[in-house]
Amino acid sequence: MRLEDIAAVLGCEVLSPVDHIVDIEAVVASDGMSEILAFHRPHALMLTGLTNIQSVRTAIVADVHAIVYVRGKRPDQKVLELARAKSIPVLSTGLGMFDSCGILYDAGLEGAM
Amino acid sequence: MAEELLTCSFRVHGRDFENAGEASTEIKSLLKDLEIDPQTIRRAVVVAFEAEMNVVMYADEATVTLVLTDEDISIEAADSGPGIPDIEHAMEEGWSTATDEMREMGFGFGMGLPNIKRNSDLFAIRSEVGAGTVVSCRIDLDDHG
Repeated sequence: MRLEDIAAVLGCEVLSPVDHIVDIEAVVASDGMSEILAFHRPHALMLTGLTNIQSVRTAIVADVHAIVYVRGKRPDQKVLELARAKSIPVLSTGLGMFDSCGILYDAGLEGAM
Repeated sequence: MAEELLTCSFRVHGRDFENAGEASTEIKSLLKDLEIDPQTIRRAVVVAFEAEMNVVMYADEATVTLVLTDEDISIEAADSGPGIPDIEHAMEEGWSTATDEMREMGFGFGMGLPNIKRNSDLFAIRSEVGAGTVVSCRIDLDDHG
């Protein structure tokens, strides 16, 4: 599923530009960064409510393809700059974690864990 | 005998949440530049990152050392800190002594050491209460796995 289609179904605001085609096959969702690191499927979409710098560092380490912050959360500028520098698109949705996961599951995506 | 290709060390400071993970992202760049297999890089960097976060959360200072040979990647995190009184418990998934502050940073759910072990081909930990902890890991390169 293309990231732009994910952005549409979740009603996302794009916080960091998507300047290339991003295909997502699986999703990992957690506020625990070690949970994200424990899955074994690279190039997934990461859903989280954690907006600090460690969320982006975790995405880098886990080879995550894109980040969607849930519950309308927005990271600060420094966090967005690191994501931009590493070419990781960043989006934000007003939906909660449960609803976001349900919508993406319904759209055909599967869990990465 | 294995040929050593790269050695580098990073200082990691306890409670420095802002910069935690910088050493690991640097390690990722170094290994990527050397065209190591992506899956092997991922395992090595998860090991380095979890080790780094453990230092930031629980220790005072540490040196994280990366050694790459033509056979494997070794990562060692040696800290000066409180030490771990019960290593057996610390290795259990879900067991943690983390504070709320650590959990708010997204860590401290008792998965750090298990994640390190899971991603290592060889894992060792030794700790002395009041002195510090040394975590040593080896990740085999593909052709030698």
